[in-house]
Formats: sequence, structure tokens, C-alpha cells
Amino acid sequence: MPDGILVFIEQRQGRLKKSSLEALSEAKRRISEIGGEVAALLVGDKVAGLSAEVAKYGPKKILLAESAELAQYSTEAYAGALADAIKKFSPKFVFAANTAMAKDLIPRVAARMDLPCVSDVVDLSTADGKLIATKPVFSSKAQAKFEFVDGSGFLTLRPNVFARSESQNGASPQTEPVALSPVTVRARVVETHAAEGGKVELGEASIIVSGGRGIKGPENWGVLQNLCDVLGAALGASRAVVDAGWIDHQHQVGQTGRTVSPQLYIACGISGAIQHLAGMSTAKVIVAINKDPEAPIFKLANYGVVGDVLEIVPKLTEEIRRLKESS
Amino acid sequence: MKIAVCVKAVPDTATKIAIAADKTHIEKTGVRFIASPYDEFAIEEALKLKEKLGGETVAFSLGGDEVTDVLRDALARGMDEAVHLKDELFADLDPLSTAKMLALAIANGGFDLILCGQQGVGGDNNQVPSLLAELLNLPQANVVVKLEIENSKFKAEREIEGAHEIVEGSLPVVISAQKGLNEPRYPSIKGVMAARKKEIAVKDAAALNAKEKLAATKVKLVELVPPPARTQGKKIEGDADAQVKELVNLLRSEARVI
Repeated sequence: MPDGILVFIEQRQGRLKKSSLEALSEAKRRISEIGGEVAALLVGDKVAGLSAEVAKYGPKKILLAESAELAQYSTEAYAGALADAIKKFSPKFVFAANTAMAKDLIPRVAARMDLPCVSDVVDLSTADGKLIATKPVFSSKAQAKFEFVDGSGFLTLRPNVFARSESQNGASPQTEPVALSPVTVRARVVETHAAEGGKVELGEASIIVSGGRGIKGPENWGVLQNLCDVLGAALGASRAVVDAGWIDHQHQVGQTGRTVSPQLYIACGISGAIQHLAGMSTAKVIVAINKDPEAPIFKLANYGVVGDVLEIVPKLTEEIRRLKESS
Repeated sequence: MKIAVCVKAVPDTATKIAIAADKTHIEKTGVRFIASPYDEFAIEEALKLKEKLGGETVAFSLGGDEVTDVLRDALARGMDEAVHLKDELFADLDPLSTAKMLALAIANGGFDLILCGQQGVGGDNNQVPSLLAELLNLPQANVVVKLEIENSKFKAEREIEGAHEIVEGSLPVVISAQKGLNEPRYPSIKGVMAARKKEIAVKDAAALNAKEKLAATKVKLVELVPPPARTQGKKIEGDADAQVKELVNLLRSEARVI
């Protein structure tokens, strides 16, 4: 009888994804309503050393799927490992953070198990003992609430939305190996290139400074990068400036770009087309700096500054730097 | 080289969305349907590969009447054939059931390559390409910005967080297209005229031999709700120095985010 929640914990090159720990924290918050236990799954080569960090978030068990074949992510090898862990633990639900890896992996395994999947979940609740997953649809112009008909399935959770909380319960989890079935890998990662640009990754950044047409030209990215540097923020961009060739697509926020949910989003010279809002409207605090007081971005912004980005942003950078240095 | 492209008809991304009275659909009246923007990159890649390697291209789409114009547009761009999976039983399918229907339509077609958009705009699930690859028992590469095909092998560059991965493998394969893969062409007038004369094949559940598998829709839409309202924002007035001082003060003491 399936029971409990299995949380897929993502690591690359031995580094844990913060958003996986958010998914694990949310699984812990939901487990009393769902029943059973929470298990965390680590997949990779020699990843047992990451158990101590995962254990802080209070899973009852940590399952380890380890082999040399799993050192580098490949859809088929990882799908095999996750499927083996599911057979072993027999969970009602599988949680993962909605990352590039999960978007590739989770539906593949869901199809193998013939179970449904709801992606990019931003809220969870229960009604009549059934889990209800809420996700944005139609460019965040609506939200859809989904029910798992058979009370079982996969969920990927939007990063930065669910709180990460260490467990108060000090009991250390059991660690168990997962016996791996043989897998034929037909598509392999042969190289990985770091993308050009920002030092902080957009998807997991707690602060994003984003630029649009209002920065006037690609020569002015440095103005925004300085603000990023004092805030430890990631650099984002609107579609207009990506299409104009001012910056790489990797930075684009919105439809046909990245969906982000930071604590603070500073939109600099971005008018706020619906396609842009689709990618950032779940940010906790939005600041808009734009010289057009009628720009749609102001409807969404918690704080609106009508003014020239190239005048405001350097002053803002200086003010924050002064503040950080004095505190 | 035989290439299948899966296309989804979605409301134009600039459209206002109104939730219908039943709370589980949107009002379709007056809404213009287009191919999901990522699917345009998939179509373009199929056309470019055909130009280079020869072969045949077939577009598949599941949905109601809104699909016809989208498939007609794919033909106008140069796709050879179009197949519309259409049945009352296909209404409101979840991604897994949708993928099952597409897999039934594609499975025995002898395709070397199956291209999709990386995400169907609207539902925004990013699921169908991976589901389809599993159901067809094929390798996959998702969110691809560069694709090379040679001697029954593929080399795909895909976007991950802060990096690109180069994935290699053998055909057949399922590839999902990301922005940047190519520059989609517009249909030519000649293409539009030719597309009018082409027939769109319609396949229903019976033609796909699909009745049994349909029962598998396992996730139910309970309701659509408007997005959570954001609190009324503050306009910060004054000269630039005063604005900056007040903004920093609010971010620090009111919003507590810096």
C-alpha cells in the first residue's frame, strides 16, 4: 500500500539544490495530512556525504542511489534510479523542485509509473483528505487548482516559494541504499559549458535586478551589475532587450524566458508587458523604476519610482553600499 | 529523414483571459488561438532539417476546432502533412493522457525525430516531450537551443540553470525546442495558397484505438481562480535623491528585504 512522500533531492557536482530542501520542508509540513513518512532520495556518485545536510530538514529516511553511471546527470540513468527508489519506498507522492533537471526527469518517471504530474506548483492544500496543488496558468493570468484523483502522483514545486525550514526534531534519519536495476543509456551529456553572464543564478536568486529598454543600450548593463553586486542579486532582462541582442537569452525573465520568484525584484526600465509579468508576478516585493508613469509594471509594483533608470540606479547602488558598510 | 512535430493550439499570449462560469474553462469566444510560441521553433527546425537532409515532415495536434488554423499555418510554413487528433473524448485531457494519444498517433509512423516545443504556453507544464519519449521508449533532450543531426546520431545543446549541456545519442529521439534554436520563418503567400488545398487528416479515438487508455486521466482540474491580488503599491515622489532615500528606507524597514 503506497504511503508517504518521497522527495527527489537534486545535486550537481556534489552541490545540493537549495530548492530541493524547500520541497523537502514542504513534504514535512504536509505529511500528517497525507500519512506515512517522508523519505529523501539522493542520486549520484559518492553522494552519501550530502546526507548530513539533508538530515537537518528531518526526513525519516534518506535513500541513496549511487553508482559511477550517476556521476553526471542523464535522463535515462536518473529515471532508472528514481523508479527503483519508488519501487522500494512505495510513496503516495513524489515531490521535487521545479528545476531544469526535474522538468526533464519527473514527467519521464511519471509516465513510467502511469501516474499524473502537476508542475510548477506554488501552493498546496488539502480538502477532504485529498491533496490540492495550485499552479499558475495562462501567463499567470489565472491559477489552476488540481486534485489527484487516485490520491497519488508527482509534483514539482516552484523554487523560492515554499519556506525552507530545518527540523526541530533531532532524530537522525536512517540511511538506506537503493538497489539499481541495469539501464541502457542512449543519450549522454558529453560536455557542460557555463553560460556567459551573471554570477548569481536567476532561478534561485533571492534578489533580481532586471533591465529593459529604459537602460537605453547594452553599454549600460554595468550600471545594473553594480547594483547586483551590492545586493548579491542576479541580473535579469526583458524580452525586448534580449531580442535586440543587448544580452544573452539566459537572462530573460518571462514567457519564453525564465520564471522566477525572488524576495525582491527590481524592474529597471521595464514597461511590464504581460509576457514579462508572467515570469515574475509571484515575486514577494516588486520595485519598478520607469520614467513612464503609465507603465503597466507600476500596477504590480509594491514600490514605484517614476524616474530615469540611469539616474536612479547609481544613486540606489551608492545608498545601499553606504548602508551595508555602516551596518 | 522522417520528422514529427507536435503542436499545441493556445490562446494568443497577449489575450485577456476570462474564467468561464463553470470555473474549469476559459471563455473561448473572441480568443485568438496560435501555435504555442515554442512550437514555432520546433516547426522551423523540422523544415530546416528537411531542406538539408530531405525527407518528410508531419505536424500533429490534439484539440478542438481551434487546432485547424494552427495546423493550416504549419502547412503554410512548409510542413508536408498535418494530423488533427480530435474527439469529444479528448476534451480536458491531462498531459499524460495527451501524450498517450500523441504516442499512439506517432508510434508506428517510422519517425527518426520527434520535435516539440519545450513548453505549451497556457498550461505551462513542460511535460509532454518527456512523457512522449518514455511512452515511445526513446531517448530525449529537452530545452534545446542547438541541434545537429548526422549519420543517425544527434548532438543537442540544452539549457540548464546557468549552463548549457551537450547531449549526444542515437536516433530516433524526442527533442524539445527552446527559444534560440532558430528564427522561425513566416509563411509565404505561395505556402498559404498551397496549404489551403492540403487536407488535414482527422483521427478520433477509434482511429487511434484509444478508448481504453483514455480512462487514465488522473488529475482533475477543480477550479480556475484569478491570481492572488497584489497589495496597492506606493508611488515614491520627490527628486531622485529623495526617492532613493525613501525607497531604501521602505525596503529595509517596511518590506525587510535588504
